[in-house]
Amino acid sequence: MIEVKKLVKRFGLKTILRGVDFSVEPGEFVALLGPNGSGKTTFLRILASLSRASMGSVKVAGYSLPNESAQVRAKLGVVTHMPLLYPDLTAEENLQFYARMYGITNFQSRITLVLEMVGLENRRKDLVRTFSRGMQQRLAIGRAVIHDPEVILFDEPYTGLDQDASEMLDDVLRTVAATGRTVVMTSHDLARAEDLATRFDILSRGVITATATQKELKKTNLLTFYKQALVE
Amino acid sequence: MQSKPIVLSILDVVSIIVLGVAAYLALVFAPTELVMGDVQRVFYFHVGTAWVGLLGFILAAIAGIAYLATKDMKWDRFEVAAVEVSTMFFFITIVLGSIWARPVWNTWWTWDPRLTTAAVTELIYIAYFMLRQGIEDPEKRARFGAVYTLLGGLSAPITFMVIRLFRTIHPVVIGSQSAEAEGGFSMTTDMRAAFFFSLFAFTIIFIDLIWHRIRLGRLQDKVEELKLNLSL
Amino acid sequence: MSSAFRLPPSAAPRFLAKPTFFKATMAIVQKDLAAEFRSRELLSAMLVFSMLVILIFNFALELDIKVRQSVTAGVLWTTFAFAGTLGLNRSMAVEKDRGCLDGLLLAPVDRSAIFFGKAISNLAFMLIVEAIVLPLYALLYNEVRIFQPAFLGVILLGSIGYIAVGTLLSAMSVQTRTRDVLLPILLFPVAIPVLLASVKASGGLLNNATFAEILAPLNLLIVYDIVFIAVAFMVFDFVVEE
Repeated sequence: MIEVKKLVKRFGLKTILRGVDFSVEPGEFVALLGPNGSGKTTFLRILASLSRASMGSVKVAGYSLPNESAQVRAKLGVVTHMPLLYPDLTAEENLQFYARMYGITNFQSRITLVLEMVGLENRRKDLVRTFSRGMQQRLAIGRAVIHDPEVILFDEPYTGLDQDASEMLDDVLRTVAATGRTVVMTSHDLARAEDLATRFDILSRGVITATATQKELKKTNLLTFYKQALVE
Repeated sequence: MQSKPIVLSILDVVSIIVLGVAAYLALVFAPTELVMGDVQRVFYFHVGTAWVGLLGFILAAIAGIAYLATKDMKWDRFEVAAVEVSTMFFFITIVLGSIWARPVWNTWWTWDPRLTTAAVTELIYIAYFMLRQGIEDPEKRARFGAVYTLLGGLSAPITFMVIRLFRTIHPVVIGSQSAEAEGGFSMTTDMRAAFFFSLFAFTIIFIDLIWHRIRLGRLQDKVEELKLNLSL
Repeated sequence: MSSAFRLPPSAAPRFLAKPTFFKATMAIVQKDLAAEFRSRELLSAMLVFSMLVILIFNFALELDIKVRQSVTAGVLWTTFAFAGTLGLNRSMAVEKDRGCLDGLLLAPVDRSAIFFGKAISNLAFMLIVEAIVLPLYALLYNEVRIFQPAFLGVILLGSIGYIAVGTLLSAMSVQTRTRDVLLPILLFPVAIPVLLASVKASGGLLNNATFAEILAPLNLLIVYDIVFIAVAFMVFDFVVEE
C-alpha cells in the first residue's frame, strides 16, 4: 500500500531525511516513533503529498508521488495536530464542505454515519468554535475518513488531549483500525502506540533504524526496544 | 573554492577603463549643448544607467521563470544579482534625472512616465527584498522571489503605459521618438559617439557587477554549508 | 469514560469521484461566504475602515465641490485598496492559522481551484463593501453620477484585477514571518496599473471625458485583468506546494 525507497528530503542545506526505506502492507497499523527533530512530521507530509521529496521514490495506494498526487489524495485521509476545521461553521457544515471537496454526492447519510462513529452526532449543529480540543480532534478524524480513504495518516494525534479525550481517541482509532484500513501514526506517546499498532518503526536522525511487529515485541517491551534503536 | 577567474579580473580592469573613457567623452569630448548648457551632459550617464537598469529588470524576470522551470538554484543567484544591480542603477538614473531636471525645468521631480516607472520598479525591488527577508527556507525564498519578479516584470510595463495616459501640468519630457527628443535637443555626431559609448560602457560594467554578485552568492552559500557541517 | 462506537461498514460502496474543478471552487466560495455571514467580522472591519478613511479624506483634503469632483475616483479607489488588503489578509489568515490550507491542499483537485475559490470569495467581500460604501459616498457628497452603469463596470473590472493579484500575493505573504505587514508592500507596487487605470477611467466618467480618453485606460485595465488572472492561475501551484 505504501512503498518508499531511499527518500531524501533537504531544506536548503539541511538534510532532514537521509534515505528512508519504508514499506506498509494493506491493513497494517504502523506506529512511527522517534525523538523530536527526527523527521517524522516531514516524512508524513511527504506521504500526504503536502511536500515533495528531494530524492527517492514514493508510492501510495499504487500511485506515485508527486506526479499522481491527485489520485493519491483521493485515497488518503490525514489527521494532524491541527484540526483543519473552520471555527465559524458547524460540525455538519465542516463535513459538508469536505465532502464536496472530495466529490462526494448525496453526502447527508455519510455525514450522519461519520458523526456517529466519532460520537458527535448530538453536536451536529454546533459551531466548531464551541468544541473542546478533544472533540475537535474527533471531528477531524471524521473529516479525514469522510471519503472512505484506504490509507490514513495520523501525525501526533494525541497532542493536547486530556485523559478522557485520549481514551475516546483510542476507541475511535481502534474502530478505524478494525475496518481494515492502512494506518501510519506518528507519536511521542509510546504507551498509546503500544496498544494500537501492529508494527513499530523507529525513525532516528533521518533514517529508520529499527522495525518490529507486535509479536516480536512480546519478548522485550516497547520502551526497551525504542531506547535500543536510538542508540544505534 | 575557486579563486577569482582571470577573465573576471580582466573585466574589472576593462570596466574601470571604459567608465573613465565614457566619463571623458561625456564631460569633455562632447560639445556643450546650446540651450541647457553643461548640465545636459548628465544625460549620457542618465540614459546609460537607465538602459542597464532595464536590462537587469528583464533578466531578473527571465531568471525567475528559469528557476520555476528548472528549480536550479543558480537561476536564483542570478535573479538576486540582477535585481540588486538593477536597483542600484535605477537609483542612479533617478538621482541623475533630478540633477538634470532642476536647472532645466526648475523642479526636482518630473512625473515623466519613464522616471516614474523607474521609481515604481524600485518599490517593487524593495518589496522583493522584504519578501525574501521574511523567509528562512532557501527553496521557498527562491520560489517566492521568482514568482514576484515575474509579477513585477509584467506589471511595470503596464504601469508605464498607464502613466502615459495621465497628462499633467509638469513638463512633457517624453517625445514619440527616442531620448533625443527629451528636453528637445538633437545630437551631433560627437554627442552620438559619447552617447553610444556610454551605453556600451555601462553594459560592460553591468556584466562585471553581476558576475561579481553571482560569485558572492556562491561564496555565501558555501559559507552556510560549512557552518552547517561544523555544527553537526 | 469511553463509549462504544459504531463501525462504518467496511464494504461501503465506492461512491467517490474526483470533484470537478468547478464544484470544488464553488465549495470553497460557499464555505467562505457561509462562515463570514455568520461572524461578519471581516465585512464589518472592512466597512468601518472604509468609512473612517473617507472621513479622514474629507477633512484632510478640505474638498469644495469643484475640487471634490475631480478627486472622487481617487478617494474611492484609495479607500477600496486599503480596505481590500484587510480582507485579503484576513481571508488567508483563517486558512493558515488552523492549518486549513493543508486541508484544502489535501483535496484531490487541481491546486488552482483553491486560487479561484479564494479569489471569488475575496472579490465577493470587496464588492459587498463597495456596494455599501458607494451609495453612502453618493449620499454624503450628492454625487449621483456614481450610479452610471459604466462607472460601476469600471469598479468591477478594477476590483477583479486587484483581487486576483492580491489573492496570489496573500497566499505568499501569509507564509512569511512578516505576514500582514508584507501584503500591502508586495501588492501596491504591482497593483499600480489597476489602481491608476481604474481611477483614470472612472474619473473620466465622472468628469465628462471623451470616449477615447476613457477607452484607453479601460483597455489597459482589461489587459491587466486577463494577464494577471492567467499568470496567477499558472503560478499558484508554486506558491502553495512545498
